[in-house]
Amino acid sequence: MYRRDFLKAGSAAVMLGVLPHIAHAADNYRKLLILIELKGGNDGLNTVIPYADPKYAALRPRIAIARDQVLQLDEFSGFHPALSALLPLWEAGELAVVQGVGYPSPNLSHFRSIEIWDTASKSNEYLQDGWLTRAFAVAPVPRTFVADAVVVGSAEMGPFVSAGGGTRTIALTSTEQFLAQARLAMAAGQSHNTALGHILRVEQGIVQAAAGLHGKHVFRTEFPSTGFGNAIRTAAQVVASKAGVAAIKLSLNGFDTHSAQVGTHNALLRTLADGLVALKSALGELGRWDETLIATYAEFGRRPRENGSAGTDHGTASAHFVLGGRVKGGLYGQRPALERLDGNGNLPFAVDFRDIYATVLQRWWGLDATAALRGRYAPLPFIA
Amino acid sequence: MGMHRLLLISVPLIAALWGGAVRAETAVLGFDSARHLLARTGFAAAPADIETYARLTREQAVDRLLAQAGVPRVTPPPAWVNEPVTPGSRVRAMSVEERQTWQRNNVARGLEMRGWWLQEMVATPSPLTEKMVLFWHNHFVSSQQKVRQPQYLYRQNVLFREHALGNFGSLLHAIARDPAMVIYLDSASNRKGQPNENFAREVMELFTLGEGHYGERDVKEAARAFTGWSIDGEKGEFLFRAAAHDDGAKTVLGQSGNLDGNAVLDILLAQPQTAELIVRKLWREFVSPDVDANQGADGAEVKRIATAFRDSRYDTRVALRLLLKSDAFFAPRNRATLVKSPVDLVVGTLRQFQLGSSDVPPFALTVTQLGQNLFAPPNVKGWPGGEAWINSTTLLARKQFLERVFGAMDGRAAMMATAMQPALLLNAAVQGAPVNAMRQRLARAMAEIQFDSKAWFQQAGGDTPQVQRLVLAMAPQHPLPEGVSGVEALRRLTQDPVYQLK
Repeated sequence: MYRRDFLKAGSAAVMLGVLPHIAHAADNYRKLLILIELKGGNDGLNTVIPYADPKYAALRPRIAIARDQVLQLDEFSGFHPALSALLPLWEAGELAVVQGVGYPSPNLSHFRSIEIWDTASKSNEYLQDGWLTRAFAVAPVPRTFVADAVVVGSAEMGPFVSAGGGTRTIALTSTEQFLAQARLAMAAGQSHNTALGHILRVEQGIVQAAAGLHGKHVFRTEFPSTGFGNAIRTAAQVVASKAGVAAIKLSLNGFDTHSAQVGTHNALLRTLADGLVALKSALGELGRWDETLIATYAEFGRRPRENGSAGTDHGTASAHFVLGGRVKGGLYGQRPALERLDGNGNLPFAVDFRDIYATVLQRWWGLDATAALRGRYAPLPFIA
Repeated sequence: MGMHRLLLISVPLIAALWGGAVRAETAVLGFDSARHLLARTGFAAAPADIETYARLTREQAVDRLLAQAGVPRVTPPPAWVNEPVTPGSRVRAMSVEERQTWQRNNVARGLEMRGWWLQEMVATPSPLTEKMVLFWHNHFVSSQQKVRQPQYLYRQNVLFREHALGNFGSLLHAIARDPAMVIYLDSASNRKGQPNENFAREVMELFTLGEGHYGERDVKEAARAFTGWSIDGEKGEFLFRAAAHDDGAKTVLGQSGNLDGNAVLDILLAQPQTAELIVRKLWREFVSPDVDANQGADGAEVKRIATAFRDSRYDTRVALRLLLKSDAFFAPRNRATLVKSPVDLVVGTLRQFQLGSSDVPPFALTVTQLGQNLFAPPNVKGWPGGEAWINSTTLLARKQFLERVFGAMDGRAAMMATAMQPALLLNAAVQGAPVNAMRQRLARAMAEIQFDSKAWFQQAGGDTPQVQRLVLAMAPQHPLPEGVSGVEALRRLTQDPVYQLK
């Protein structure tokens, strides 16, 4: 569709009385979504540990976390000790742990499986648009926002991927660098040439984002001096800019722990926990903690049985975190069914990842989740 | 006598009455059409090449391009490409440290291999050959992310070179037993009684028929036909494991028998959808971003070319010749409609401005940073291409690359020596120490870029409007201000959004 036709269609929608719906969406998108991708596939079993299940230690003679090290959440499950920084959030009831998140006929390729998660497709279905791209098509993000979404530290659009330039998604590493480079962008109207029209929209998006982003907010929060800490700082700077975005995606790399996992995973989980704590603190300073929902995701979990290199191979279902001021903390989903592994030795799933997406769309933003997810999924009760 | 004279006079008259069809065969291309042909079939061309082609007719120009295609590579590959692969048994026996060292070496060699191909694209006398090698790489995808040992991917690249403008049927048969493909699509673990459907599904969905032209049952039956197509992990060569092959009766697309893999491939080649899928893909590569074989004049053209392609038993030259000579290819509505890929942008800029650098291979890293990591497409579908090449990060990175190239030209290199985008666009296959070393080489190579502006402007033919026609596929979005010329004009034209189009 040419830009001009799009504008025409927009004004037609206003005349047909769709405007209240858009105003409604604008209010809803005041509520922010922050997604954190644990790239490579996080080992859920060593993150939320079924310490009371003797099969856990038996499957992992070299890499199991000793029972007395586990931070117990209840009589069966507990956190990896590197997640200790998250305990205050857990005790405050602001941290939900969803166990057994996966999907039917799981694909064990990083690239294909993350594509399934990003596009909320079935395992044997190829979709072009991300699940949030489709959500933003159902209920558009207000044009006054800096952008629909910001991707920090990656050029992979993830859930905002779009075949036809459907979202205004800005990718940046730091607000400072983006603002420095953005001087090369120049807004230049529209075009009937489809390809040129797309480039002009992207360029316009850069100019608009650069005008709305400041990157100079002074936080009292101390951000960890890791790459992930910098990404958290960048996300906080984006939130501090008044014009708003609906969603932000961050990533933490390195979870593909095929060998010598213990030290690496320990460091990764500590980085994650410290980053989340800093993010909560920065959002608190901005008065946005109650208006933010943070969720982790990954292409898959890892195999229950450790491999010959003291690591773990690609698996299926895993545990994920959801946190925020309005989150109803606690354990959701089901404990890992170590007695019911599939032919590859992988876990069955208990919660379809699209149930979590449906919760975000329906319970957090008040949108029609069925339209965006191309099917009916059951929201979870983790939002108060 | 009188009769004779009359005939002579009427030839131009008939030509004039017949209009475009006749003109295209007899008239020379002229500058704009020659530029268009070379931009689409190669990388942005240098002024002298455009001048040469401008004097040829459509027929002559296309024949010349095709005659040059398939020439041997001119850049010697890295010395290790003929080393035997590390046997699977050795890899399995490695300690954690040994394995890390081995993997780091694979990554380093992978980078070297990317640099080799990039350099060949810059140096080749036949850009169309490289375009087609890249086309097949993006059609029959394999990725170093999974295959890991770069020798396998080098051999696959050699296979694409052999068949670049050859026979598609032969290429399909060869790729099905290509070790990189066998590893990439899990054929190696496809065994009788434990079929792995990965290759069987993709060969139908992506390589030949396209979605909707086969059923799940066809996939299952075809997977059985391909059981036993494996590799010898010690030698790194294709190996048919008879004991793992299921030689029972199978039915694929309505044909029954004790089918083996070759029989299935022949069944797929016999379907008209296969020719159509390849021609549609060639169309999107060379002509315009969207084409529906069932709609409009372009759709009819696709069908016509697909039929000829199939009738020729899949001679790729036949399809390309018809495509490149078609009125649709040269039609104004299809000019400046394709987004340059990262390879188009980087190699095209180096070739068009005849930029000299003592070290070309590191520019492969720029191509990666812009989203096209050679030998590692994102998944089996390949790079989606088109508009997907451009997002805020990649557009700014493209503009920054161009800014630094033209900044370096007029002595502002020091000012531009800000760090390139960090590892932003690099995925796991290209991280770590080897990448850092390559990044440093790239910084040096960028700083050392030489542009002989005097010679280039002389070749380009002087005045600014002519330079603009040379550099851009259509009029700029930001017209050049009065009085701007020379390198400053080039800097502005390459920053224009239209420079991203071909």
